[in-house]
Amino acid sequence: MDAEAAKMIGAGIAAIPLAGAGVGIGIIFGNFLSGAFRNPSAAAANQQTLLIGFALTEFTGLLGFVIAMILLYVV
Amino acid sequence: MSAVDHLFAATAFAGPMEQFEIVSIFPFGTENINLEFTNASLWMLISVLVASAFMFAATNKAQLVPGRMQSAAEMLYQFIANMLRDATGGEGMKFFPYIFTLFVFIFLCNLLGLLPTIPGVPHALHVFTPTSHIIVTFALAMVTFLLVIITGFYKQGFGFLKMFVPTVPLWLLPLITVIEVLSFLSRPISLSIRLFANMLAGHLILKLFAGFVVGLLAADGLFKAIAIIPLLGNVGVFMLEILVAFLQAYVFAMLSCIYLNDAVNEAHH
Repeated sequence: MDAEAAKMIGAGIAAIPLAGAGVGIGIIFGNFLSGAFRNPSAAAANQQTLLIGFALTEFTGLLGFVIAMILLYVV
Repeated sequence: MSAVDHLFAATAFAGPMEQFEIVSIFPFGTENINLEFTNASLWMLISVLVASAFMFAATNKAQLVPGRMQSAAEMLYQFIANMLRDATGGEGMKFFPYIFTLFVFIFLCNLLGLLPTIPGVPHALHVFTPTSHIIVTFALAMVTFLLVIITGFYKQGFGFLKMFVPTVPLWLLPLITVIEVLSFLSRPISLSIRLFANMLAGHLILKLFAGFVVGLLAADGLFKAIAIIPLLGNVGVFMLEILVAFLQAYVFAMLSCIYLNDAVNEAHH
């Protein structure tokens, strides 16, 4: 296989982590909402934790994006 | 050539990656050390100037009952102060100037990078987002990282190393300590990649959608009408990007607060 083609395929494969990040972010916000509806008075205090969880989860997807960018433009 | 064709001709050569190119404005430095003033430096300088101008204007004639500008500045102050106090419990309030500067600088770099470029200006003056370059975000993350290490050893001495040794069963200890050290060392990497990748991805999507609009408008007949779809999409993405610009600055500042908490307060786990 041509090296250029292999790079393109690799970059495509590196986009798969986005699926995991999407599922993870969905779980975080979904669980926060279900908790917040049960006890609305405690929701505001936990927003910071929500955003930290969101940022940490999103990172795994972004790593995939960075790998794709490295494959396409750096290697 | 119509106006639309002209636009298309201009963008046909400038791909979506063109916006991240570093262009020298003012060459400076010796043969081995490059200190030139680039468009990245220019936009960092602009965000510092905008932040300073805003804070000076807002607090210039401070009154007991604040006006509009002053309340905006006070809200910003309160917002960061509460975040830092929640994370470090008052002990870390000495670092308020650092966290405040960090937040405002990153937020303005992100936000000013979303401005549209005036058509026809030279490449060096195109709107540029400094935070879309990993070296900028990595430098900011390293400042936080070194600050945590130096403050930790200064305040707690070698007790700072207790942070890596949580209370777990003895046979787990070697494994957990290695994991704790690795997770500590990966902090600057995750901090910098999160901010940089968000900015890079967001701006790429904006430019790709804008390219679709121009490309479809250049097509003939009924295809022109389809251009409304990527245009509306771009409006949505742009609103999301404004949110992301704030959220990433907030996350960066908040994680810095949490990391500083390890340094100023003794670990108790």
